[in-house]
Amino acid sequence: MTLLLALLLGAFALAACGEDDESTGGESTEQPSSTDGGGSQIQRDEANAKIKLKIGSKNFTEQKVLGEIYAQGLRAAGYDISTDLNLGDEQTALKAVKGGDIDAYPEYTGTALLSFFGKKADELPKDPEAAYEEAKKGFEGEGLTAFPPTPFTSSNEVAVTQDTADKLGLENISDLEGQSEKLTLFGSPECRQRLDCLLGLQQVYGLKFKKFVPVDLEQRHDVLTSGRADVSIVFTTDPQIQREKEVLLEDDKGMFPPYNSTLVMKQETADDVGPNFEKTLDMIQNQLTDENMQELNARVDLDKKDAATVAKEYLTETGLISA
Amino acid sequence: MNDFVDAIQFIFRSQESQAGGARIGGAENLPLLWDHLEVTGAAMLLAIAIALPVGLILGHTGRGAFAAISVSNVGRAVPSVALIAFFIAFFPRTSAFVNVTLALALLAIPPILTNAYVGVRQVSTDATDAARGMGMSHGQIIRHVELPLALPLIFGGIKISTVNVIATATIAPLVGVLTLGDPIISGSVYGRAGQIGASIIVAALAVAAEVGLSAVQRAVTPTGVKLQNPKRRAQTSP
Repeated sequence: MTLLLALLLGAFALAACGEDDESTGGESTEQPSSTDGGGSQIQRDEANAKIKLKIGSKNFTEQKVLGEIYAQGLRAAGYDISTDLNLGDEQTALKAVKGGDIDAYPEYTGTALLSFFGKKADELPKDPEAAYEEAKKGFEGEGLTAFPPTPFTSSNEVAVTQDTADKLGLENISDLEGQSEKLTLFGSPECRQRLDCLLGLQQVYGLKFKKFVPVDLEQRHDVLTSGRADVSIVFTTDPQIQREKEVLLEDDKGMFPPYNSTLVMKQETADDVGPNFEKTLDMIQNQLTDENMQELNARVDLDKKDAATVAKEYLTETGLISA
Repeated sequence: MNDFVDAIQFIFRSQESQAGGARIGGAENLPLLWDHLEVTGAAMLLAIAIALPVGLILGHTGRGAFAAISVSNVGRAVPSVALIAFFIAFFPRTSAFVNVTLALALLAIPPILTNAYVGVRQVSTDATDAARGMGMSHGQIIRHVELPLALPLIFGGIKISTVNVIATATIAPLVGVLTLGDPIISGSVYGRAGQIGASIIVAALAVAAEVGLSAVQRAVTPTGVKLQNPKRRAQTSP
């Protein structure tokens, strides 16, 4: 299993190497002007120095980058920050924040609702704001507070290659209607029974595919680029999307529940962090769009930079801290 | 014990998947079983087509055997998962079925090759000398003398390979070839009952192959060779 992954990832890295320089440069210059919060720098407030916080994260790329971004951004605002960025899965992270091992970590609203608060997949709200409010309420019951979420959402999405999109004129998922019978869909094994996957495509969009092939999750981009799959289920923040020129189809009927990231903190800690904390947090994360998150993940997974470096790049490129 | 009962139910009765929404078990197992047999059959045919002639010729001439058998044994040392990953990574455009077949064939070759070689080597030189003395060509000696006498061992090799391949074909779903390994790998869809149920089916297949091919092995054993069987001799002489 590990060998399989290693080989596949190796193949990815090789394939991606060729076009790095071009897209890295292109994306990063676009970032600063992308949202209104851009341009203003995080102001250092010496009063924050007495507030000690430990930021945690779960054990995968996106989480580590997020953890570093929060840590470095808050440090720039004068807070006394330490990190613990490899906590394992969401249950471990939740236990750590409740037990006081860490003070805060980023969690996805969808994940929180599904795995902490016993929501069923079909009861998940489709609106990001509603999902956040619901998750926030759940966290309150645990003595935790959830700060406002990021712009990006890290959910499943339907991806096709640029060629397929052009040839079949695909833009929205509903454009697949009438064409899906000729297309092969690849997804993870669980996809068959998930509402934000094959099951949703069948029930919400009424799509029938020629064939559904479950493969190991790690191959979700490989199957597209090799031409084995016409359509593949990927994650919205996957780094390969930009690099391999894949097209994500617009979820025009709203079948994918929101997985925006929200910083979770113990209520009593949150009471002490001062009024400027939430403002700083908003500055730090309001440019974390899907595209920016893809690019940041790409720099870690494909360009092999470490999370701390990539986080610093984000903060300087968006003008939040000076280089 | 409950898991076991559920597993038996999974084998025979179609039911909802773990989180609902997909049908699993019962009749849904048939396409999996079919793909499993298909990929096993294809891999075995390919392996026999390659290993048998090579093994017979090596055994007949007695030359280059060490190199050939070593090379094929190295193939056996590489885990099949790695082989499948290797094929998928380097021939991404070839269908996954072909890639899995190639990987499984490589796994199946060494026992057949080695057994065919040893089978031919152990044919008594008296028999081959007599054949040559009667004016048989090399090809005739291989076909009419060495092959029949080596058949029991050759089928032994095929039997070992078949059982190996049946068991190993369970990893094929990793690359999208849906064999009986799917319920074992996709535990979140099939649940524990599905995992155990599919394992039971695979085990039953392996046992069936073993028993079936053993019967074939006995059937193809030449009567002359059977008479040399020490057990039989013990029975006949008081």
